[in-house]
Amino acid sequence: MSVLPASPRVEPPVTPASPQQPPRHRGRSQRPSSHGLSSHGPRSHRPRWPWLLLAPGLLWLLVLYLLPLLSLVPLSLSEPVSRFGLETVFRGRLANYQEVLQAYGPILLRSFAYAALATGLGVVLAYPLAWAIRFRGGRWQPLLMGLVVLPSLTSFLVRAIAWTSLLADQGPLLQLLRSLGLIAPLEGLGVLHDGRLLNTATAVILGLTTNLLPFLVLPLVVAMQRIDPVLLEAADDLHAGALRRFTQVVWPLSRPGLAAGILLSLIPAAGDVVNPRFLGGPNNQMIANSIDNLLLVQLQAPRAAALTLVLMALISVAVLLQLRRGLEELPLP
Amino acid sequence: MNRNRLGGLLLGLWSALAYGLLYAPLLVTVLFSFNAPRGRFNLVWQGFTLENWRHPLRDAALSEAFLTSLALALAAALVAILLGALMALALARSSVRGGRWIALLLALPLTNPEIVLATGLLNLFVGLNLPRGPLTLLLSHSLFCLSYAALTLKARLAGFDPSLELAAQDLGAPPLEAFRRVTLPLLVPGLLAAGLLSFSLSFDDYVVSSFTAGETVTLPLYLAGAFQREISPQIQVLSTLVLLASVLLLALASPPRGETRGNSRADNQRHGR
Repeated sequence: MSVLPASPRVEPPVTPASPQQPPRHRGRSQRPSSHGLSSHGPRSHRPRWPWLLLAPGLLWLLVLYLLPLLSLVPLSLSEPVSRFGLETVFRGRLANYQEVLQAYGPILLRSFAYAALATGLGVVLAYPLAWAIRFRGGRWQPLLMGLVVLPSLTSFLVRAIAWTSLLADQGPLLQLLRSLGLIAPLEGLGVLHDGRLLNTATAVILGLTTNLLPFLVLPLVVAMQRIDPVLLEAADDLHAGALRRFTQVVWPLSRPGLAAGILLSLIPAAGDVVNPRFLGGPNNQMIANSIDNLLLVQLQAPRAAALTLVLMALISVAVLLQLRRGLEELPLP
Repeated sequence: MNRNRLGGLLLGLWSALAYGLLYAPLLVTVLFSFNAPRGRFNLVWQGFTLENWRHPLRDAALSEAFLTSLALALAAALVAILLGALMALALARSSVRGGRWIALLLALPLTNPEIVLATGLLNLFVGLNLPRGPLTLLLSHSLFCLSYAALTLKARLAGFDPSLELAAQDLGAPPLEAFRRVTLPLLVPGLLAAGLLSFSLSFDDYVVSSFTAGETVTLPLYLAGAFQREISPQIQVLSTLVLLASVLLLALASPPRGETRGNSRADNQRHGR
């Protein structure tokens, strides 16, 4: 399109360092850079329009995220008013923490163990897969990545229903294992329980692993896309050998993606509700099930809040470690 | 050379195993939509039938839950991309004091397991005496979608050359015009990606919904109930239809070929839960 430069030319911002004049929604004719100028020099002018744009979103985050989270702190120190409702009264009751840690400590440990096992299994599957997609995928790379994501577009509840069929006592997986004569050895390894797959830790971990696989594969592929194949050739030319090529080129360059993937897998896995509830049976419940049960069944909101905060504190440790690296590696579309 | 071949073969087999784990439940779902079950639970293969497909929406309660989820996900995605786009514009095109803190605040909800958000939101709604139902569902869903939408769009905006907008203004376009004719068209793919992501997050959400829904029944809540009640083949029929629709959407949403880099990021989805 050809626009004649007839109308007055908009001057560039005062300082080259400051960002360009932004687009605006409400057409106020005055330039934003003109009303922020103060005696502190050109660097200190800050237009007010961004706050108008930020306000609704910030309101959402403050009222629906920060406020509820912070309100869990006083709630965790309260007592229920009665056994029949969610109303509570503040008592400064620290014993809630002691009680939930005593009652749910083992389940808390189990949750992180399951999450770690599922993530470890996921890494073992995802790393070679990401490698194959990146270096063997060729022009099919986008399609192969799409195929990794596609299953997550079906409800994980539907996938849990399907796993129930697959893992059932007369289901295809156990029949296969029976015909291979693997029942006894797997029972010995603790993979099976009383000859069953359903309602075992294995089922929960399997469900978790397939749920979190995309979160591992995608950041890994993105990280590996930064590995120039020329580097690999160079390593070969220098007779580096497969092992050194891996430890000195591939691993350091793919590690940020792996770290991001592990974090993105551990968090939802540790707090998962669906897989333990529908695949795990009563003996393999995880911490989110306990919170759910405390809150919605036992109506013990204060203890549920205390347990939630404990879970959050534990996860925050992992998050803070990752945040030091920056948020850049969080894979977003 | 031979060692290379063997390595390639092993890599291929291992990748096939990973894809197999991802696709086994989907295959079973599609297959069982053609099953003629005995009893209430369509979990054991009995025999092939097309009966279930003759009236895909026969199960009234299931269809109603499906429509509720559809409407909720659309509304939540709209709210999320509207608020998210405004935030992204402000963060990417200005140097707001504390902009980094706001970006951090946006990223924080992504680092909480859903159960944490759910507990907090339930406590908030109980405290405000807000009856749980469609409104609380919409508020909750739009919140967890907002972070994804805003951060996605912010990353997209950061990828553009702001001099394009400046050039438009230099050519005499008023800021609003420059926004409408330059920024907005550039932002459309990002808005679509953020919208699709938000939609699928909301459509699939179980944990937050189970705490904030009250009497309202979304599709995941219905499915969770089905484990105790009845797993009718209509569930697999509907899931197959949803799967088909997702394949179509994903195909439409992928940018045209030649944009591999952008594509790889656009394929990124979901936050699991």
